[in-house]
Amino acid sequence: MSKLLIDNVSRVFPPVRGGAPVQALQPTTVTIADNAFVTILGPSGCGKSTLLRMVAGLDTPTTGQVLLDGKRVREPGPDRGMVFQSYTLFPWLTVAENIAFGLREKGISQGERRAVVSQWLERIGLTGFADHYPKQLSGGMQQRTAIARALANDPAVLLLDEPFGALDNQTRSLMQELLLGIWERDRKTILFVTHDIEEAIFLASRVLVMSARPGRIKADVPVTLPYPRHYTIKTSPEFSSLRAQLTEQIREEAVLAAAEH
Amino acid sequence: MRPLAPISQTTRFVLGILFFVFFFAAWAFATLGGFVSPTFLADPVTMLNDGWVLLTKHGFLGDIGITIWRVIGGFILAALVAVPIGILMGAYKPIEAFLEPFVSFARYLPASAFIPLLILWAGIGEFQKLLVIFIGSVFQIILMVAIIVAGVRRDLVEAALTLGARDRGILARVLIPSSAPDIAETLRLVLGWAWTYVIVAELIGSSSGIGHMIIDSQALLATGQMIFGIIVIGVIGLISDFLFKAANRRLFPWSLA
Ligand SMILES: Nc1ncnc2c1ncn2[C@@H]1O[C@H](COP(=O)(O)OP(=O)(O)OP(=O)(O)O)[C@@H](O)[C@H]1O
Ligand SMILES: [Mg+2]
Repeated sequence: MSKLLIDNVSRVFPPVRGGAPVQALQPTTVTIADNAFVTILGPSGCGKSTLLRMVAGLDTPTTGQVLLDGKRVREPGPDRGMVFQSYTLFPWLTVAENIAFGLREKGISQGERRAVVSQWLERIGLTGFADHYPKQLSGGMQQRTAIARALANDPAVLLLDEPFGALDNQTRSLMQELLLGIWERDRKTILFVTHDIEEAIFLASRVLVMSARPGRIKADVPVTLPYPRHYTIKTSPEFSSLRAQLTEQIREEAVLAAAEH
Repeated sequence: MRPLAPISQTTRFVLGILFFVFFFAAWAFATLGGFVSPTFLADPVTMLNDGWVLLTKHGFLGDIGITIWRVIGGFILAALVAVPIGILMGAYKPIEAFLEPFVSFARYLPASAFIPLLILWAGIGEFQKLLVIFIGSVFQIILMVAIIVAGVRRDLVEAALTLGARDRGILARVLIPSSAPDIAETLRLVLGWAWTYVIVAELIGSSSGIGHMIIDSQALLATGQMIFGIIVIGVIGLISDFLFKAANRRLFPWSLA
């Protein structure tokens, strides 16, 4: 069943100071199934964030529309949780208060909030940090909290924009496993943007490869590796062949993008 | 010394005191050494003596009290009016477009130039003194608060939107808490300026307050008293600054952690 329909969506940014208008995204149509874990893979500047922001309702498509459960997306809302590449925890709130933010906006009682928060603290392994402020956390802890904050709201889809982009390799793979574990249990529909090929394969049931700017989806690659996945799967032959295939696809785009500049 | 390298609390304290020691030493050297005529500049010892006489014989404590009350009264009035307006201006662009040009203009009107006019309107009572401080502070606070609120990190606002916050939630639970420490810092700054306005207000048409004492002393060429008055202002400013900083640290632990 299709959960999310990106229907002929494109985005042209108006010209800046007499320059030419920037076409960030060519008309794009994608259907995302319920419970799917879809990664969007593409070189820098190809319009990945732009696409995700339009799904979130933070930006408006120039053409086309985004439909979630058949309803047109017009503005941001709690049914589309988002985790940003930059650290966006509210610095004046503790970890627990950050996780409770969406529930509070919904008007859910303090007692219920506390129950949900403690459950999420445990799932992301930060129970001992409930009363810490974001400044007192490492980058990985902050992004874990940001994921919990988005999921505590129980959104219909979770959007992640290179959430682990600023983390070191070790932390990054631990975070991938954590997110995968959460998804394997909850099967929330996830749209995950990355420019890391391994990350895209390891997490996804489907990888969408984007072309260099102006972005469009140039390949739609199903990943049939079985869940639950263990990190050792990264050394399996199927994984390697997928990686080789996607590396080739991305390389072409990177070459194009480099030639343009 | 390396750029931005931190120093210990003790070193900070000692260095801070050291400047005052140098300052007084240079002053004592210039005056007690006979390089400057006492008509123009009293020496530190005379200054302290005059100050003691002021406090014990001339009820200078009352003057200090009345000046403090004027500053705080005018400043609180200004903050009560300006902070909400500034927040609304920063948050809502139509309100900003409506008020910003006028406030920017009014900000440059010197409060001291209003004193003759205010005396006409409000007499020379307490209300007029409060008005001088109010006029001097209110437009500054409005504008600075508006800039702070408008500068709140856009990605925090967007995160709140994707978590289901609506207009009022964004204002009350993102814009205001996010800018609160900077607003408090602005108030601390403006309180410092309010001290200048109150003294000017007391120099003209006043029968009490530190400023009034200073202008009275001028007639008597009592430079010791004048300098004592000026130093008292500085010391009170230092104390209020310290209290303000301590309060900010307590109120917003997250912004320093
Ligand atoms: N607000 C904007 N105004 C004008 N141009 C924009 C704006 N936002 C993005 N663009 C342009 O649109 C293009 C796509 O940007 P986008 O941020 O979606 O890329 P991206 O794929 O997320 O890149 P990265 O991997 O570096 O984050 C870029 O060329 C960028 O310059
Ligand atoms: Mg991006």
